[in-house]
Parts: sequence; structure tokens; C-alpha cells
Amino acid sequence: MQSTVIPTLTVNGAEVALPGDARVSLLDFLREHLQLSGTKKGCDQGACGACTVLVDGEKRILSCLALAVQYQGRAITSVEGLAKEGALHPLQQAFIDHDGFQCGYCTPGQLCSALGMAAELRRGVPSYVTEDLSGQDIAFTNDEVRERMSGNLCRCGAYNGIVAALTEHHASGQQRQPAAEKS
Amino acid sequence: MTPFTFARAHDAHEAVRLGAAAGSKYLGGGTNLVDLMRESIEQPSTLVDVSGLSASIEERPGGSLWICAAASNTALAEHRIVRQRFPLLSRAIAAGASGQIRNMATVAGNILQRTRCTYFYDQAGARCNKRHPGQGCDALDGANRNHAVLGASSACVATHPSDMCVALAALDAVVHLEGAGGARSVPFLDFHLLPQDHPERETAMQPGELITAIELQPLPMAAHSSYRKVRDRASYAFALVSVAAALDIEDGVVKDVRLALGGVAHKPWRARIAEDALRGRPAGFAAFETAAAAELLAARPLRDNGFKIELAQRAIVAVLGALAARGAARS
Repeated sequence: MQSTVIPTLTVNGAEVALPGDARVSLLDFLREHLQLSGTKKGCDQGACGACTVLVDGEKRILSCLALAVQYQGRAITSVEGLAKEGALHPLQQAFIDHDGFQCGYCTPGQLCSALGMAAELRRGVPSYVTEDLSGQDIAFTNDEVRERMSGNLCRCGAYNGIVAALTEHHASGQQRQPAAEKS
Repeated sequence: MTPFTFARAHDAHEAVRLGAAAGSKYLGGGTNLVDLMRESIEQPSTLVDVSGLSASIEERPGGSLWICAAASNTALAEHRIVRQRFPLLSRAIAAGASGQIRNMATVAGNILQRTRCTYFYDQAGARCNKRHPGQGCDALDGANRNHAVLGASSACVATHPSDMCVALAALDAVVHLEGAGGARSVPFLDFHLLPQDHPERETAMQPGELITAIELQPLPMAAHSSYRKVRDRASYAFALVSVAAALDIEDGVVKDVRLALGGVAHKPWRARIAEDALRGRPAGFAAFETAAAAELLAARPLRDNGFKIELAQRAIVAVLGALAARGAARS
């Protein structure tokens, strides 16, 4: 059956046509096709987390290992989609307040990953350091945060600031979720 | 990356039909396959996207847990029944990769992931019998600190990288397959192969076959189980050695035990020799040490990985000791 509908996906609320070449990664699609260069290419092989984006609101993935065509019909949120109406996302402000970066190259991935992580924690997804698997209420401890964020490397070593930013954001209860663009 | 045709399958029958053509590969989360394609190690002519097939995880009449192939690693680790009845599986999955990768990776893809042997990945600079059968193995006399100490051959000393699979080996999971000739099932312990003379053959699957589900039969003792992973950094690294274990102690005696090792062999290593040595013995360090040593008697070190044998010995004893202490504390 020949479909005349152009396959699309949604990026930060805008519907865009998928690339014709199935080889294009979601990362290259964002950066090179849509000119959304906030999402960074670090290793391009799933080792650093710089390319982390959110799918359907709160699921964090690595856009370098994702083929764009595999995300047809899905809603992608990149770092450009976090600020609303000119105001930084509270987590972005927390990174500034706590020196959660030096060069800033890993920051877009850190931000998206942290928002996805917060959603996983709320849902009760266990980590390798979670002692009690039966409880839904997992404490937001340094060990939990470091374990859950281990897929995001920071070569400047701003980890203490990153953990402080995440902890403050969690404590402030300002866990505004990125807009779920899924219609 | 070599050009390929992309096709999305809507059910297993369609997937198998699309996957029958020579050069077809099934695509789950892509966390391993896309990387291998970028390195030109895998060069499929067609990618059949099976990530949209069933991802359900449900208990069936009779008590089996059916885990459909497209379930994500995260979904399996967080599933209520898995956390309650198979904590070693939940913990093994949580020990693997990163949060992002666990969200993308499917259960079937995890089982079918390829080794991370650096010589396997070094297309341009190294010989590898997996990539080019008969070419030779540069890991044998190379930097082989991460390589196998059990069940290896002169053709291949690579290890299987999965954590999840170590738990599935301990649990006697069953792999359900569908192919052009119909459906069949394979015990998980027979699914992955030892390298022998043909390390390019990694599983019992026939060309074009698709994993549709993993089945876990009831195993009450698995509620008392754990997974421990030893690695070079605290998180986000492959195992040097890992241990999945379930222990059932009655009146101070090992009534039953399940034990499997990761990071030491070409496949998830079920430690049957140790299990046999433990059943009926008083649960304690003496028995744990004797059993671990019996299992590792067949271990053969390479130039750089001799430490894995003692590490495995100590990890087994530590995990069994912790389970025994936890059991004693509860009774």
C-alpha cells in the first residue's frame, strides 16, 4: 500500500518531516537537518551521554544510537524545548546557581538526562544501589543520583555542582515536567 | 554506514516474512546494532524494526512470567513481579549500561548483543575469527585483561557482555522463537554457544528467526536472590566478574541454589559444578569456598586476566555469604 502521507515526528512541539535516508541518526537529524545544535555529539557511540534527549515527555534516550526513522510519530524534547516563554527551566537555573558546568558541552545532555531520571525515580524504577526493591518510595540520595546519572560524563569534573543542582531542584519541588508534546 | 532498506514490522509474522531475505537484520533499540553498523562490522541490506512488536510482561496461567521481546530493559527491571519474585533479574538489569541505554534496549536485543572485545571492534587493525572466520584472534596474545577464563578456545577468548543474561541463566529461562518454519523454544542455557572452532556462531538461532518472548517459570527461591557486579569503575562499565545467585537454606543446610557468572566466558556461565557441590552441605564459608573453587578448577588464565579467577572465587563466596546472612537474619 503506497502511502502519500509524509512520515513525521514532533520536535519541541513542532511537527517535522523525517529524513529520507534511514541512516540519519536522531542526533544528526536534530543538529544538521533542523539546526538544533543544543544537543551535542560527544562520542557518537553511546559512551558519554552528551546527546541525551527526551522521548514522549520523560523517557531519556541517546540520540546518537537512535535512527531518526525509528521515532516516527514520537515527540522529541531537546534542550531547546526546556525553557518556556523566555524563562529558563528551573533545573537550568539550578545548574547556573550551583556551577553545574564549566565548558558546558555535556550540559544539554545532563539536563535532559536529569529530567528523565527524576521521572524514573518518581515511578519507582530501581537502580543498582537501591537497597529495597519492594518500596515505591526511593530516597533522593547522593548515591542514587550519582548511580542514575552515570551515563552522563563531564570531562570538566563538575559532578559536585551537578549533583547539588539536581538535589536543589528535587527539593524545591519545582519538578515541572517538560511539556509532553504527545497529542 | 552502508545504505540499507528500513522496514517496520507490525507483528511477528510480518517481521519473519521481512526478515527472511538474506542480509536482513532485526532492529530493537539499536544501542548495539547501530554502533556496529557505524563501524561497518554489521552491514545489513535491510533493517526490520521490531521495536513496535509486543512489549507486554504478564503472568500466564500456571504462573509463568512471559516477557515479550520488545519490552525495554527498564520496563523489565521495574516490573512489580520481577522486583518481588526475581530480584536478581531486576538488579542485574540495573547493573548494566546507563539509564538512557536501558530505556532504549529491548530484552531480545540485550540477549543478542555482541561482545565488546576491542579486537572484534577493530575492523581495520586486528584479526578476529568472529568477523572473519579463520582469520585468527589477536586477543589471544594481546591485551586480554577483559577476556574469558572459562570455556574459551584457541579461536576466541571473547566474553558475553550482558548482565541481564547472567540472571536469566541462573533462572533457567526459556527463549521463544518464531521463524519461517513456525514457532519453537530453546532453553536459555542452550541458547548461547561456546566459541570452539566457530566463534562466528553465537546462538542456537536459525537464519531469519526472531525472538518473540522470554519465559520465566516459577522459582520461589528466587525471591531470595541477588546480583553483584565487579568492574573497573563504580558504574557504567562492563563486568570484570559478576555473580547472580539464589539461595535456599533450611535448618542451616543448602537445600537448593542457583549460581551464574558473567564476564568470564563467551556465554553467561551457569555454575552447575558449584551448585552440585553446595546442595546438602551446611551453608557457610567453608562450603561456599569449596564450591567456588570446584567451579573454577577449569579456569584458564590468559596473559592479563589471571586475576579474574581469584576475583570470581571471592565474588561467589561474598554473594553466597551475604545471601546466607540475610536469610539467617530473617528466620
